[in-house]
Amino acid sequence: MATRLQRLFGQNQQGLLSVYFTAGYPKLDDTVPIILELEKSGVDLIEVGMPFSDPLADGPTIQQSSEVAIRNGMTIPKLFEQLQDIRQHTQIPLVLMGYLNPVMQYGVERFLQKASEIGIDGLILPDLPLADYVREYKPLFEQYGLSNVFLVTPQTPEQRIREIDSHSNSFIYMVSSASVTGSTGSKGVSNTDYFQRVAGMGLRNPGIIGFGIHDRDTFTQACTHARGAIIGSAFIKALAKEGSLQDNVRTFIQSIRENEKV
Amino acid sequence: MKYTVDENGFYGRFGGAYVPEMLYPNVEELRQNYLKIMSAPDFQEELQGLLRDYVGRPTPLYFAKRLSEKYNTQVYLKREDLNHTGAHKINNTVGQVLLAKRLGKTRIIAETGAGQHGVATATVCALMNLECIVYMGEVDIKRQAPNVARMKMLGATVVPATSGSRTLKDATNEAIRDWINNPEDTYYIIGSVVGPHPYPDMVARFQSVISEEMKAQLLEKTGQENPDYVVACVGGGSNAAGAFYHFLDTPEVKLVAVEAAGLGVDSGESAATSVLGKEGIIHGSRTLLMQTDDGQVTEPYSISAGLDYPGVGPLHAHLHQSGRARFESITDEEALQAVLELTRLEGIIPALESAHALAALGRIGAKPEDVVVVNLSGRGDKDLTTYLDRFGLHGN
Ligand SMILES: Cc1ncc(COP(=O)(O)O)c(C=O)c1O
Repeated sequence: MATRLQRLFGQNQQGLLSVYFTAGYPKLDDTVPIILELEKSGVDLIEVGMPFSDPLADGPTIQQSSEVAIRNGMTIPKLFEQLQDIRQHTQIPLVLMGYLNPVMQYGVERFLQKASEIGIDGLILPDLPLADYVREYKPLFEQYGLSNVFLVTPQTPEQRIREIDSHSNSFIYMVSSASVTGSTGSKGVSNTDYFQRVAGMGLRNPGIIGFGIHDRDTFTQACTHARGAIIGSAFIKALAKEGSLQDNVRTFIQSIRENEKV
Repeated sequence: MKYTVDENGFYGRFGGAYVPEMLYPNVEELRQNYLKIMSAPDFQEELQGLLRDYVGRPTPLYFAKRLSEKYNTQVYLKREDLNHTGAHKINNTVGQVLLAKRLGKTRIIAETGAGQHGVATATVCALMNLECIVYMGEVDIKRQAPNVARMKMLGATVVPATSGSRTLKDATNEAIRDWINNPEDTYYIIGSVVGPHPYPDMVARFQSVISEEMKAQLLEKTGQENPDYVVACVGGGSNAAGAFYHFLDTPEVKLVAVEAAGLGVDSGESAATSVLGKEGIIHGSRTLLMQTDDGQVTEPYSISAGLDYPGVGPLHAHLHQSGRARFESITDEEALQAVLELTRLEGIIPALESAHALAALGRIGAKPEDVVVVNLSGRGDKDLTTYLDRFGLHGN
């Protein structure tokens, strides 16, 4: 049975827009309203960030949103509680993204079981090593029908990309350039050699480009090299603006892909 | 060798390399090369030469007569405070900078707590003509000002870490982020036996010169190369790892690891990881870690910037769990008393970190004939303002 993620990527659709936000930010109970508004605005995939006190791979924006979210009282049990009935309201693919330690403390199997019950589709845990995944967790992910999404970077050797591809079953997260999240320099989307190298490898899984995608230009450019792109920090900044949450979400998503998709 | 790292980078269940993909190539490059480079004759020759002529090794093993009388046992001090730059940290930075050069890296980054590792890194970078950036928590920049000044003198850029508790943990986060942003030309000199494999093993090897010298010096002074006790403070655990290293598989030698209790282990203001920590992942390593039930890292506290860390190296987590080492925790107040005691009994002003080890002397139950080696990891110059404040010695 194809999962929501596999159905999304199976449609051969280009220019997929994935949006990341930190659960519990700006307010503790904003998680579900943000998800629903993102879906209404035409986003294709949502990554719900589980805040961690020491987010090593993140720049200042996601660090700060995580700090606020934790202070607001966001925890894994709280997030699961908020998402309990989410599948009664939306069928948009949902991926949880975070760091390994909070998941370990919750209990990996318990976490996978609960996520699967709720209707979560996949997980991104950047500090979960590929080798550990293959050795310890892959059968559990399969048992609970969850995809584990791996990152590759411009420095990842070809052989390792192939290995990652062989253990993936939804998409591969292509980190645009050597950087933490939230950098807005142009080096990210201009890494054409790397994108073409990966595109030319004939991988089983589609790639989506993330890190540093922050406006319509960078989004459009990234989409010429992969099936879609991920926006995180720029969206989180938009959430902090004056005005209603719904307006902020809608305005931001329109600024990315107005005219581009009906 | 029950206590050395296994081929997957683990000490028992602790260790490993839990790093995001952005760091994988760098960590992997290091893993594949560190042992090869470290065992090459030209590397060893350069390292040994620098340790001897530049760092000033071997450091003395000093029989502390008046301290021994006070505690009614035989106390020896391993004088790491007499190293160039004033602490054991330089044993490691000399080694890693030579390694970085052999890997062709041109830009060096480091984190620092007390500033001793930052100074030791800035020093070897000056010596090798390499760019040096040191991340240091804002709180630590204030409480260890003399070391900030030294780093600047040496030409390093000191970047304040302004997130979280603004101490060592946060400086380490910033250094790791820098490494993610600069994967090609940059080498990260970690200052303790923490971080992803192979760092804990590599740093322990560079610090193992401490116990190697101890054995030869003890043999000469006591006729026995094994002491009854080795006592060392543990922040991340590098001076302790070096002091324990050659005794790890000699169970007759009792190992005592001393953590910072801060205001007391139950006060909520503490850095005693072995008491307060649970297994988790910090800075790329599976180890004991102070954290909430939800897996958020807790902000630690100690008067000593070098011990103010919510984790402990994976080797020490393993020594704790297996019972090979005994763990003690010492409060700010007890450490300060030990500073005054060593100063007035032996004429040596210790670093606040090292004072935690000294303060454990009254706890270990050593017999009069027992040989106890305390690793005096550093000198107290950097802590003088704190000492003058706490002992009311300003004025007059
Ligand atoms: C003098 C001294 N001793 C001990 C430490 C603690 O580090 P470690 O536990 O790695 O030896 C420090 C750290 O800054 C230090 O400066």
